[in-house]
Amino acid sequence: MILEVQGLTRYFGGVRALDGVDFRIGRGELAGIIGPNGSGKTTLFNVITGIYRPDRGVVSLEEGEITGLPPDEIARRGIARTFQNIRLFRELTVVDNVRIAHHPHVGYGAIAALLRTGAFYREERRTREQAEEFLSIFSLQDRGKALAKNLPYGDQRKLEIARALATRPKVLLLDEPAAGMNPSEVTTLMEFILRIRERFSLTVLLIEHQMRLVMGICERLIVMDFGQVIARGLPGEIRRNRQVIEAYLGKRDDTDGGGIRKKAR
Amino acid sequence: MIFLKNIAKAVLPFAALSVLLQFLSARGILNPYWVQIFQLACIVAISALGLNLIYGFTGLFSLGHAAFYGVGAYTAALLTKLYVGAYGDEAVIAVGAVFLGSLLAGGFAAAFLAFLVGLPTLRLTSDYLGIATLGFGVIMKVLFDNADSLVPQLGGARGMTGIARMTGIPWAVAALVAAILVIRNLVHSTYGRALIAIREDEVAAAAMGIDTFRFKLIGFTAGCAFAGVAGGLYAHLYTFLHPSSFDFMKSFDVLMIVVLGGLGNITGTLVASFAWIFLLEGMRVALPPEYIEFRWVLIPLLLIVTMLVRPRGLFGVREFPFLRSKVYR
Repeated sequence: MILEVQGLTRYFGGVRALDGVDFRIGRGELAGIIGPNGSGKTTLFNVITGIYRPDRGVVSLEEGEITGLPPDEIARRGIARTFQNIRLFRELTVVDNVRIAHHPHVGYGAIAALLRTGAFYREERRTREQAEEFLSIFSLQDRGKALAKNLPYGDQRKLEIARALATRPKVLLLDEPAAGMNPSEVTTLMEFILRIRERFSLTVLLIEHQMRLVMGICERLIVMDFGQVIARGLPGEIRRNRQVIEAYLGKRDDTDGGGIRKKAR
Repeated sequence: MIFLKNIAKAVLPFAALSVLLQFLSARGILNPYWVQIFQLACIVAISALGLNLIYGFTGLFSLGHAAFYGVGAYTAALLTKLYVGAYGDEAVIAVGAVFLGSLLAGGFAAAFLAFLVGLPTLRLTSDYLGIATLGFGVIMKVLFDNADSLVPQLGGARGMTGIARMTGIPWAVAALVAAILVIRNLVHSTYGRALIAIREDEVAAAAMGIDTFRFKLIGFTAGCAFAGVAGGLYAHLYTFLHPSSFDFMKSFDVLMIVVLGGLGNITGTLVASFAWIFLLEGMRVALPPEYIEFRWVLIPLLLIVTMLVRPRGLFGVREFPFLRSKVYR
């Protein structure tokens, strides 16, 4: 088990955004989280990555508990993520966006940086080359000197994934990676996700609304509604699950004419 | 040894500039008044570079820069007052060492107070720092006004007199060159990128494994240390300190220089500092005596026009070649 979540609960005022969420993700798995808007998917990511503290429950990474640790510590332990609304360092260049991810592993100290010793130059060259390598995976190597804010939308999404990968994570959390992409971009993205999982032996957990992506590449699905896990299983099973269909489409009401009524929220 | 080469590269412009200025003033081409103004411009530039590190690069809004400047000034002045008297006029090196030590102590004192102010406030979002530093500025002004009841030599509201005049062209230029180098080398390293990342998006920076609280504290403390050193130089340039020079309103002067020069732009801060000082003093000479107060009409007008024409500062994102990140290319 690489990532395990037990009884995770988080309130926002009176709203139970997460209500006893349990799941386990095995090493190397590619799992998806789906659910209607407001079902707590992004909150779950925010709790796992330490942006919010849970009110109850445990998050563990490789059997070690990481509940309530600060986000930078969790990142250094090996969980990287992307954000639903892209969060790039907009005024930094594309290369420097990726280089930031090397920060915890840079092999020179503040004094070396101030005096610009040989080690400083060596490490700067190394991190730049590594950053360029990550960019080339996403065919962004030619945009290295551009400012991140000047990239087209699709490239910004890719850059965010490249940046997350460069932190050398064990687990990668992708929050709606295909949002705003057209069908051909989604196809490319699906190939990318499969390829990087292979190459970096990653475990991937993704939130997505585009069913083609979710059903196409996820090996296992977790379905959330009202902050709870309402179903989990193989994509084929989830597709036929009554509760899931109800969460998305509403309940068939057989008492009056059999029309579909949207579930009350 | 690559860094020895780099140090040599830094010593060269320092030596050239200070020898040139010394020569010009010795020949009477530059009168002592303008030499003094030049030194003031160097000092203001050091302080402004510090605020640029805090506000421009790290994105922390601080309104207490003049107070940290004052802490440095009083600390350094007190130290030289207490310890320089022990040496005769011929002990140049010993006196210089005491002066250097006092400047560093001034920087350290400002940094230490910045650390104390930052410790509780930087865990919160950056707006709180603005309010906390504003309050700190007011508190320090009161403290400076009443400092004589704690340490008589500080003079309190009557001002501190009898400070030795020790800041000269070499000191001012050396300190400015050092400040420029420190900030350039810091900004173009992984530490500087971490600061800029925090400015750009704190949540994303944390997700990259950057300890955002720690780096905000480092950025704020380092920037205030610049102000402290600048304050020490200021004290030994004018040999007289008065609490009104470190009023919180004075923090806005530095803030204007930094915004005018462009947030996160070293070149802009340097040019704006010199332009600011020389413009204020130049107008004193150019305007007829009865219109001198019109400076405070012209300067804001100039500010408004500059911000309309160049909203991102004088230089935008462009830098002098020696301030660019060469390692990057």
